[in-house]
Amino acid sequence: MAGKPAADGELVIDPMSQFEIKRLVNMDLGIIDLSFTNSALFTFIAVALTVVLLWVAVSGHSLVPSRAQSMAEVFYEFTRNMVRDTAGNEALKYFPYIFTLFVFILACNLLGMVPYSFTVTSHFAVTVFLALSVFITVTVIGFMKHGAKFFLFFWPMSAPPVMRPFLCIIEVISYLARPISHSIRLGANMMAGHAVLKVLAAFVGALGVFGFLPILGVVGITALEFLVAVLQAYVFAILTVVYLNDALHMH
Amino acid sequence: MEGNIAEMGKYIGAGLAGIGMGAAGIGVGTIAGNFLAGALRNPAAAQGQTPTLFIGIAFAEALGIFAFLVALLLLFAV
Repeated sequence: MAGKPAADGELVIDPMSQFEIKRLVNMDLGIIDLSFTNSALFTFIAVALTVVLLWVAVSGHSLVPSRAQSMAEVFYEFTRNMVRDTAGNEALKYFPYIFTLFVFILACNLLGMVPYSFTVTSHFAVTVFLALSVFITVTVIGFMKHGAKFFLFFWPMSAPPVMRPFLCIIEVISYLARPISHSIRLGANMMAGHAVLKVLAAFVGALGVFGFLPILGVVGITALEFLVAVLQAYVFAILTVVYLNDALHMH
Repeated sequence: MEGNIAEMGKYIGAGLAGIGMGAAGIGVGTIAGNFLAGALRNPAAAQGQTPTLFIGIAFAEALGIFAFLVALLLLFAV
């Protein structure tokens, strides 16, 4: 754990060691490093859990759903309504992609809340990949739908003519900043929350008899982290839908 | 008294970047507070606007997270 006392009794708070990538199976091929890490392991666990849970839930095919099936149905319907309400019926074509993103991120976030597990989404390498894939997909969809007219997206027609070039620059910058904020939001939220938990946990040992005070804090923060885990997955999904809406309908 | 000036500047800069997170907190609080004020006036319309609330919070929070990123870059990448 984080707060292990050093040899001279000094407290060492090491909140970042939980994010360390460890090689489980070494497969360094020289040119590329394909080692199977704990990050990869937990990605597989998250995917397997999702597949099994959703599979088992809907395997009954009953008209009157069981508890598990109704849970899966509520989840499916919630995401579908979110896509339709935000981006219209055209966006339903891309619903499987958004549902996959949502479920995968949610599974990774919640799996990270299990003690001693690894939070896959706390690493920027993972979140930047997810956000870049969304960015490229959405941009390609925009160009496929509107052709070269998609560039008009950056030219604010409602603004006064003098202001348009300046606003155009701002629009382009904010468009290019999307994958950055999209990915960093998820990664930083997951990382910061887990680091705070570890720092508070280290205080428990340091305070001795009064250690119960930080424990109360840890309990509260853990509850908050569950909220953050679900909320960040939701925010990632809904921002994807918002970007998709921009590409489909251009403002 | 040891260490060099660049090292000191790094930590001071990272600390200053932390102020940005407080500013983001003000922004998120304003959004949530205004949403609540509006929702209490017209509870029937509140349900439909919840996604907008989260989008607004996410955008406000993104800027605070950029501050966090600056702090991280100063501490570990410079």
